[in-house]
Amino acid sequence: MAVKIITPGLSTTVQDLGRPGYYHLGIPLSGGMDRFALRAANMLVGNDEGAAVLEAVFMGPELEFTAPATVAITGANLPPKLNGEELATWEAFPVKAGDRLSFGFLKSGARAYIAVSGGIDVPVTLGSRSTYTLGALGGHEGRALKAGDELQTGQGAGGKGSIPENLRRQPGNPAELRMLPGLYWHRITADAGKQFFADTWKVAPEADRIGYRFRGGTALDFVPREQPFGAGSNPSNIVDACYPYGSIQVPGGTEPIVLHRDAVSGGGYMMLGCVISADMDLIGQLQPHSPARFTEVSMDQALAARHDAEAALSRLRAHLGR
Amino acid sequence: MSIRFSFGGDEHIFGEVSEDMSLESFFTSLSMTNAVRDARIRGVTEICPANASFQVKFDPDRIRPADLMRELQSMESAASKSDASLQTRIIEIPVLYNDPWTHETLMRFRERHQDPTKTDLEYAADVNGLGTVENFIEAHSSQPWFVSMVGFVAGLPFLYQMVERDKQLQVPKYLRPRTDTPKLTVGHGGCFSCIYSVRGAGGYQMFGVTPMPIYDPAQKVSYLQDEMCLFRPGDIVKWKPVTRDQYDAAIEAVDANRFEPVIRPASFSLSDYNKDMAGTKARLMEALNGR
Repeated sequence: MAVKIITPGLSTTVQDLGRPGYYHLGIPLSGGMDRFALRAANMLVGNDEGAAVLEAVFMGPELEFTAPATVAITGANLPPKLNGEELATWEAFPVKAGDRLSFGFLKSGARAYIAVSGGIDVPVTLGSRSTYTLGALGGHEGRALKAGDELQTGQGAGGKGSIPENLRRQPGNPAELRMLPGLYWHRITADAGKQFFADTWKVAPEADRIGYRFRGGTALDFVPREQPFGAGSNPSNIVDACYPYGSIQVPGGTEPIVLHRDAVSGGGYMMLGCVISADMDLIGQLQPHSPARFTEVSMDQALAARHDAEAALSRLRAHLGR
Repeated sequence: MSIRFSFGGDEHIFGEVSEDMSLESFFTSLSMTNAVRDARIRGVTEICPANASFQVKFDPDRIRPADLMRELQSMESAASKSDASLQTRIIEIPVLYNDPWTHETLMRFRERHQDPTKTDLEYAADVNGLGTVENFIEAHSSQPWFVSMVGFVAGLPFLYQMVERDKQLQVPKYLRPRTDTPKLTVGHGGCFSCIYSVRGAGGYQMFGVTPMPIYDPAQKVSYLQDEMCLFRPGDIVKWKPVTRDQYDAAIEAVDANRFEPVIRPASFSLSDYNKDMAGTKARLMEALNGR
């Protein structure tokens, strides 16, 4: 069975749960930005939760199937249409050979996950099928899909069911991104720290799989210091260091950037701390210009939130009888 | 020297050996990360050394963050006392300085630069008090450099110049990062040089390009078939200025997959280097040139 790409959408890539173990070489995890939605899509079509799916951002592709299969769309509210007829998101549906899947306009969220029973079967590179486009690695030829591409799928039994709204997870308005201060937090003044949490930020147009930039808040005041040797002259500069996933760097002290699944692994900008692991999925569903706030949490609260996110997945599994 | 530890969210521990860059800090970072790797701690998923800091990623479902923090802190004194020496490699990198491609790119981003009237090389020569671009290229290429970090993007080396601190070339990064940098650009920001392994955004000043691939996700380049990234922390690099004709010949060899990089085994000891910098570098050059 194969999926033919008739039109690719804005940027549609093959993603699974990512490629751990190579960050020390600058090769990031990659994988679905909204891992919860990716897992949900796979569950609906009877796949392993970590099977490879298509991640479409803002605008859907048009696909043609060469054989019968089960398909499900989760994540963003990007309404699927099968042969022109609108279907629901977060619900498994069957397709036949020759059926065409297209999408209406994005209603909410940012990234839709398109799972096909059997999973997308591109070659496994360094342990994952995820696409890392900046490094031209993995996925389909290391790049976003183009018209005329054809993707093979594996064998899958298929699945059925739907996921009601109360079992989904979506960012609020404004999105609340919980963060654990740390790393170079001490470089900014106490007032700047308070203001950072008080401000409502907006997602900038520069928001992609590498990172999400935010603007509209107050520029940071730094604690004065003589810049250390090798760091560079701007007060936001540090001697180039590792960047954690979810870390919030603020080049020039003006626009925070939260690094995401295709993170650059290091660089020379100070970081205020990290968005906690439980809230990383939410960032993947933010559109440019949408409002967001950062909320301070402790490690205990971060771990409790992680536990809650895992419990939400368990409820999903139970609901689908898995 | 005491390491400053910090949690990076609920999945990372970050350790800053020192705020400033030095080879001493690099070696402490390297021995910490080696010790963490050797300890095979349950739940540790990524171990990343950097210039003067390091990072450990972990799964908090498998190890409690506070427990891992205590374990890392307990390794600190052993790591800072460990013997700072390496069996490593010296690698010659041909560079076409002042090339047309980085020139075309830098002209597109002049409004993001400190001095829009100068090229990156002219600016770098100026801020380092070297007068001319030729003098700057000589200062950049005549001394070896130490790979003190790999990252940013796949396989990109950060390089630290092996000269006394007061002689090290320092150039500020662009005021605002460019959205484009040619692949295999030799760049410089702060005290670090780098080689951009892929085309993309970048904030370092651009000095030239190398014809020599350093990252090959397809693993077809003859010397990148086992590891897709050439560089490892601890490698030593010597830039070799080449002419346009030599550059074109090297590109032809790369395209035919018959390019043979000059890579020689070498040993490095920080205490020997600190005692006799000139002699240590002379031995490294002998290792490279086989004399």
